[in-house]
Amino acid sequence: MSGALRPRRREIHPRPYDPAYKTSVTRAPALPLLSMESTPSEETGPRFGHSLIGPRDADLIHNFTGNPAIGERIRVHGRVLDEAGRPVPETLLEVWQANAGGRYRHVKDGYTAPLDPNFGGCGRCLTDGEGRYEFMTVKPGAYPWPNGPNDWRPAHIHVSVFGHAFGQRLITQMYFEGDPLIARCPIAQTVRDRAQLDRLVAPLDMGESRGMDYLAYKFDIVLRGRRRSVFEGEM
Amino acid sequence: MVQPLDTLTETASQTAGPYVHIGCLPSFTGIEGVYPEDLGRSPIAEGAAGERITIRGHIYDATGWALRDAMIESWQADAAGRYPGQAGADPAVTGFARFACDGESGEWRLDTVKPGPVRGRGGQVWAPHIALWIVARGINIGLQTRIYFAGDDHASDPLLARIEQRPRVETLMARPEGEGAWRFDIRLRGEGETVFLDL
Ligand SMILES: [Fe+2]
Repeated sequence: MSGALRPRRREIHPRPYDPAYKTSVTRAPALPLLSMESTPSEETGPRFGHSLIGPRDADLIHNFTGNPAIGERIRVHGRVLDEAGRPVPETLLEVWQANAGGRYRHVKDGYTAPLDPNFGGCGRCLTDGEGRYEFMTVKPGAYPWPNGPNDWRPAHIHVSVFGHAFGQRLITQMYFEGDPLIARCPIAQTVRDRAQLDRLVAPLDMGESRGMDYLAYKFDIVLRGRRRSVFEGEM
Repeated sequence: MVQPLDTLTETASQTAGPYVHIGCLPSFTGIEGVYPEDLGRSPIAEGAAGERITIRGHIYDATGWALRDAMIESWQADAAGRYPGQAGADPAVTGFARFACDGESGEWRLDTVKPGPVRGRGGQVWAPHIALWIVARGINIGLQTRIYFAGDDHASDPLLARIEQRPRVETLMARPEGEGAWRFDIRLRGEGETVFLDL
């Protein structure tokens, strides 16, 4: 076991209670969180090995039926780092998304856009020794959702990361450069700090794109770090 | 000006949304064939030491409605209070589970072994507990809380001691409801609101 986690900077995260995102009104705690130094339950966490990952897990274009999904082929890549800038190696990253038409393969999604018979919508991978990851997918479509009278989600990919400690657990969403719906989305706008929201927007990365094949987007993720300590005796 | 603190900032959270199951529990939502099975189906394997327990509960919103779309992750020590990866830990305890509220009733269920007390820095000892992390549509950043077990010795638990309003301690106590069966209801907001943690 290593040291305590750095306290979470709640001000950079979305406001839990945000009336513009209506569902948060009944689901956000009203009382203050109980804050204290992390304990072994937060400083340890599940680890997953390479044996978990199948050869097509990170290829959402093909991993549902083997036949290719319809849509704009993209490669999403980036690094997982901690707050000290150290790579987080061999950590599990999971993604899920709507298909190119903006439809999810989920019993609760009744949007008019059709399902793609060859698109499941989930993928996963482990970061490598330098914290790098990548997956192939199709660019998801925007979709309408019941909140205001005419709210649309910008194109986005949901991303879940474990880190090495249960207290580092993070789920976020990756948006795409240039999408005018980001500024109009009550969920994206729960992040009040513009600079922090900008960090959720992946830039087009032509250098990692491949001619006649796919466009690339880069999405780096930072997890909570640990406090450095010279006092080894504190265990 | 001063020297810059040479640190990065954590990536901001966003809600897991109503379709979290697609990415985290695909088989649960009918997406078969991508992975052999959903991750975190059980925190224990055959032969895990300790008392087998089942914990059931609901997650209620501010109106008293049970969520049907939430996902919970749990992380715990083995029966001797050791976490996977630590010296002497029970190899049959992975410690991690992932489960969803039932789409009809909203009830969730965790089958595991009861963890032992955990030792930490400075000789502190935590009473047996299971850490939970709750995500759902409308929850903008995952909620941390803990299941403790009514009837254990909680007198010296440093976390429970920090709760000023003593009746709120009860919101972190699973209640026995039969041999090896426990109930733990979570209230996100309003009357009886669960103590959520920032650790
Ligand atoms: Fe979504």
